[in-house]
Amino acid sequence: MSYHSIVMVKQVPDTANISGQVMKPDGTVNRSKLPTVFNPEDKVALELALQLRDRYGGTVRVVTMGPLKASDLLRDCLYMGADEAVLVSDRKFAGADTLATSYVLAETLRKLAPYDVIFAGRQAIDGDTAQVGPQTAEKLGLPQITYAEEILEAKDRTITVKRKIDNGFEVLEGKLPLLITVVKDAATPRPFRAKRVMAYKNARTLLEIEKMADANSLLYVDQLKDDYVSKGLFIPTLTADDLDIEVARCGLGGSPTKVHKIESVVLGGSTHETIPATKDGMYGLIDKLMDDHIFG
Amino acid sequence: MTDKKQEVWVFIEQREGKPADVSFELLSKGRKLAESLKGELKAVVIGHDLQDLAVETFRYGATEALLVDHPELEHYSTLPYSRIMSQLVDAHQPRIVLFGASFIGRDLAPRVASHTLSGLTADCTDLQISDVTYLRKDYPELLLQIRPAFGGNIIATIICPDSEVQMATVREGVMEKIPLAQPIDGTVTQVSYTPDEVDHLVRIIERHHEDAKVNLKAAPIIVSGGYGMGNFQNFQILYDLAHVIGGEVAGTRAAVDAGFIDHERQVGQTGVTVRPKLYIACGISGAIQHRAGMSDSNKIIAINDDPEAPIFSVCHYGIVGDVMEVIPMLIDAYKHKLK
Ligand SMILES: Cc1cc2nc3c(=O)[nH]c(=O)nc-3n(C[C@H](O)[C@H](O)[C@H](O)COP(=O)(O)OP(=O)(O)OC[C@H]3O[C@@H](n4cnc5c(N)ncnc54)[C@H](O)[C@@H]3O)c2cc1C
Ligand SMILES: Cc1cc2nc3c(=O)[nH]c(=O)nc-3n(C[C@H](O)[C@H](O)[C@H](O)COP(=O)(O)OP(=O)(O)OC[C@H]3O[C@@H](n4cnc5c(N)ncnc54)[C@H](O)[C@@H]3O)c2cc1C
Repeated sequence: MSYHSIVMVKQVPDTANISGQVMKPDGTVNRSKLPTVFNPEDKVALELALQLRDRYGGTVRVVTMGPLKASDLLRDCLYMGADEAVLVSDRKFAGADTLATSYVLAETLRKLAPYDVIFAGRQAIDGDTAQVGPQTAEKLGLPQITYAEEILEAKDRTITVKRKIDNGFEVLEGKLPLLITVVKDAATPRPFRAKRVMAYKNARTLLEIEKMADANSLLYVDQLKDDYVSKGLFIPTLTADDLDIEVARCGLGGSPTKVHKIESVVLGGSTHETIPATKDGMYGLIDKLMDDHIFG
Repeated sequence: MTDKKQEVWVFIEQREGKPADVSFELLSKGRKLAESLKGELKAVVIGHDLQDLAVETFRYGATEALLVDHPELEHYSTLPYSRIMSQLVDAHQPRIVLFGASFIGRDLAPRVASHTLSGLTADCTDLQISDVTYLRKDYPELLLQIRPAFGGNIIATIICPDSEVQMATVREGVMEKIPLAQPIDGTVTQVSYTPDEVDHLVRIIERHHEDAKVNLKAAPIIVSGGYGMGNFQNFQILYDLAHVIGGEVAGTRAAVDAGFIDHERQVGQTGVTVRPKLYIACGISGAIQHRAGMSDSNKIIAINDDPEAPIFSVCHYGIVGDVMEVIPMLIDAYKHKLK
């Protein structure tokens, strides 16, 4: 039996190399100021989905909710081997917390049904909440297996997965369809295939096509789009109008959590006492720690 | 809001009937939050044969334990637990619900929040009650949920101004566990549970779970080593120091990655949070993710050969020097003074 997977992927700021000035006054992130990367665990999730396809056949689609710039991420997914990529993008979705994000993603997945397995990363390295996967599963009424380390077997309508728990692991058997969140050590993502890079480097999302048309009065969106579709280089884009959603539940307005205040972490002034790196220094230090009632 | 007393709930997590420390830590914090709100603290206990555990929550300030006890609930499983929790929240509308940011809590809390349409703030490092003005509107007694984000580069204060129920997760070791001298004379309320077919969509077929071998959080003294220890062999000197002064050994992620020490002894944002009487940081630069796990220690000694290392800005006693020279001197001085 073959399996159809959808992987939820997210483009994230490279939080390992961050500078100041990235937060807007309303407390949301000014993503345009940041270099972006493929969220590491989402790349692993895509790898697991591709391995499932290698083993049993089927398809792998990827979906992301994000701005125009997230088109880059979708091309990366095509380079790795995804069969199809979908961008979900609308100004109305901006500033979403995890509840609003999972709402739009769940409605998108409903539209992309049928599927057997939904894959997500355990957590994204910007918000670091690990909430979007389980929240999406709940909205779709799907069972979930979080912290997946290895897919042991898929057989008929069940999948067997090894997952991490504190100080150990569990092996779970789940009925399909279900949602799996994936930890980093689950697999090593395959490199981009040169052939696929050649094939898909000109793939474009609807947003990008619209931008091209805006910039050149000789081009028309519909014509351009048809052109890309016929070459197999069109990346479908869904907006609020394409989904069966309540706008009030999307974006900043649909988000119960609000960022009230942001402080960038700066080191406090140094007020420590310097102890010389000598024998006498160490004797003095022991005395101080005895005075502090730590020793003695 | 109604006249009903505001309730603060804590989900009590357990494996094989053994409660997680984080749940008692959250009860201790929850008690303070309930006091500020002049409300009540309640515990939700789900599992099998847990009457004693329900009563134990009174020692941490719960006035009522909602107990859902059934043989099929013996082991944590996402669907039944989240269904039970969601139904309870829908029925009682507590003001605040707290979960451990553990494997179980992070699996459960988002489902409950998603179902009940509540705000959920992850990995809070502090929780406070305060009046807040947000977008020129005044909100009395909101929960301030303080959490690091962006890989620890920023600290955000999150509020849920328009959410009836607000939920948060907190990592183990972040809040202090404070038992009461005299337990509350609380009530255990049995809540019935009806199994459902969907509960079996995911089955556990095998499980390996060991108790943690080390308990860094309970250690009064921690000797911690970083990448600056140089190699595995040098790192062993930290065990000598710990042995002499009576402490446990820990390390940074860089030390773990380099194979100097096991991951279960990693201190920091993605490891354990500790607050010992004394923390000795040896060859540790003091990255924000490391400091997140140790900066609340009572006294911190830093040994580093780079006088500009950020660790010096959080320490109380700083020694600029080579660890392999300083540590033997420190061991000698201790032996000389105290033995
Ligand atoms: C400083 C700060 C603090 C925040 N704190 C909170 C908070 O405590 N609670 C809260 O609800 N929100 C919070 N948010 C908002 C949150 O970061 C965003 O909603 C974010 O879009 C999703 O959350 P995450 O990055 O934590 O993702 P996670 O939940 O960690 O992501 C898990 C997985 O879900 C999938 N996924 C997530 N987002 C997308 C997407 N857009 N498209 C496709 N797949 C996706 C990926 O597979 C990912 O690996 C905060 C934002 C900021 C700036
Ligand atoms: C999302 C995320 C989560 C993370 N979580 C954690 C976490 O939980 N815990 C954690 O620790 N880190 C964590 N990190 C990693 C963290 O950013 C740092 O990389 C790490 O803490 C550095 O470890 P270190 O201080 O041992 O090594 P380094 O930064 O390499 O520092 C070594 C120090 O040793 C000093 N030194 C070198 N030789 C000597 C000598 N002979 N004598 C004395 N001093 C010497 C150097 O001057 C230097 O200051 C995380 C990172 C990310 C992005």
